[in-house]
This record gives sequence, structure tokens and C-alpha cells, in this order.
Amino acid sequence: MENKETGATPTKNPTTVERKSDVDLVVTRTVDAAANLVYEAWTNPELFRRWWVPKSFGLNLLSCDLDVRVGGQYKLVFLHEGSKMEFFGKYLEVIPNARLVWTNEEAPEGNTVTIVTFEESNGRTLLTVHDCYPSKEALESSGSTNALPETLDQLDELLGELRV
Amino acid sequence: MVQYSVGGFDQSFGALADATRRGVLEQLAQADASISALAEQFQMTLTGMKKHVAVLEHAGLVSTEKIGRVRSCRIGRRGLEEEAAWIERYRQLWAERFDELDVVVEELKFKEKSNGK
Repeated sequence: MENKETGATPTKNPTTVERKSDVDLVVTRTVDAAANLVYEAWTNPELFRRWWVPKSFGLNLLSCDLDVRVGGQYKLVFLHEGSKMEFFGKYLEVIPNARLVWTNEEAPEGNTVTIVTFEESNGRTLLTVHDCYPSKEALESSGSTNALPETLDQLDELLGELRV
Repeated sequence: MVQYSVGGFDQSFGALADATRRGVLEQLAQADASISALAEQFQMTLTGMKKHVAVLEHAGLVSTEKIGRVRSCRIGRRGLEEEAAWIERYRQLWAERFDELDVVVEELKFKEKSNGK
């Protein structure tokens, strides 16, 4: 697995998305590393900021503060097309290498709660990111974190047929 | 974040939940058709087909136009493509994040190793 050219062409594990209910959206992904390392990447601000906003998003992350402890605040400030955007909230649960729960307080529709679990098995970690929205409308209007996955296959199938 | 237009999503997916309506969309993807022709093809009443088309039209998946006495239906192709593109962006968001996360975690693994553990 670990050849000398580390990370040259790492095998990418699939990302799955499932809408569990009107207000619950769940994303899963396996990472080929122990849970403590994955957790480190989620809680160390210097590491977190490197992956949370992929370059292709075209967003400039100005600052990233994560006070990872129960009741601690986090704040991410972005610059997008000349205007500042802030994402903030606080940590509700912090269980090292296992579970993080935080609030997302920037949306006018109400707070979304994000639950991240890290489940290690045979040296790999299953990541589950569960967003709980305050309402169906909030989920469906959230734009950047929204999909209706149970119907995606249906739609994909249809689109596949529609496209020449 | 980039603002995505999400109006009509709920209706779209509801519209797609029905086998007949999916069939109608597939049909319209190949050629425009009148409601009466669709009704005949799907072996249902004109009224029944009108209802299905109305659901599709409300969702923006189909557009209709009355030409003389015939209501002609065509697929709202652009609507579908916009939704598909929006969904794809969502998938890509997380996939890209996780791909970058892999890189960070690989470095951590490498560091842990070289720290002689």
C-alpha cells in the first residue's frame, strides 16, 4: 500500500450520500488510516483548513479557529468574490478518536447539528458525517450541503437514458 | 458559498417517483408528443395523462404549449440538467474534501512512522 512515492496515486474510496429523513443527511467515507490520525485531521486547525475547502471551490479561507472541547467555539472565515463569509458554531460533544458533534449557527433557517463519527476497523476508519437540519425546508434550501440522494439513482438512470 | 437555485426540487423528485411519469419523460426525451398521444401510448385516459403532465410541468420537467386544439408536450431538458449538475456538485464537494483529507492523513501516517514508532 505505502510505496515510496507516497500519495502519488492513492486509491480513492467511494463517498456515499444518503438522506435518512426529511431533516437528516448522511455522508460516509472510509479513510485508510487509524482513527486517531483521521481525528487529528478533523481537530487540528492547521490540518483541517487544508482539506475542508478543496482548491476547486474557489474560496479563500482567511481564518480557521477550532476550539475543540465541549462548549468550545469554531469559526471559519472565507473570502468569496470580495465578500466575507463566516461559518461558526460550537462543539457539543468531543470524544477523541470517536465522535464530534457541533452546531452550525450561521444559517437564518436555524441551527444545523453535525455529528461526525470515526469507527476504526482493521486499521481503516469509517467516517460518517450526519447533518441534522432544523426543518425539511432548511435542508432543501441549504444549497452547498443538500441533495436528495434516495432519488438520485432514479434521476441518474433517467438522465443516462435522456442523454445521447 | 455559491448560491444554488433549489426551487422546485421537491416537486421534481416527487414527479420522478412515479413510473408513468418517468416513462413520459423518457418518451418526451425522444420526441415531443401531444397529451392525447401520450394517453394512448400509456393506455390511460386523457384526464389521467393530463394530471401526470401537470405534475411534470409544475416541477419544471416538462413544458407544454397549446397549438390549435392540441396541447404539445416537450421535455424541460434544461431543468433536468441543472438539477443533475447541482447534485453532482454536492457529491463532488464531499468527494473532493475527502480526497484532500486522504492527503493530509497520509502525511500524518508518514510522520508517525518516521517518528520511529
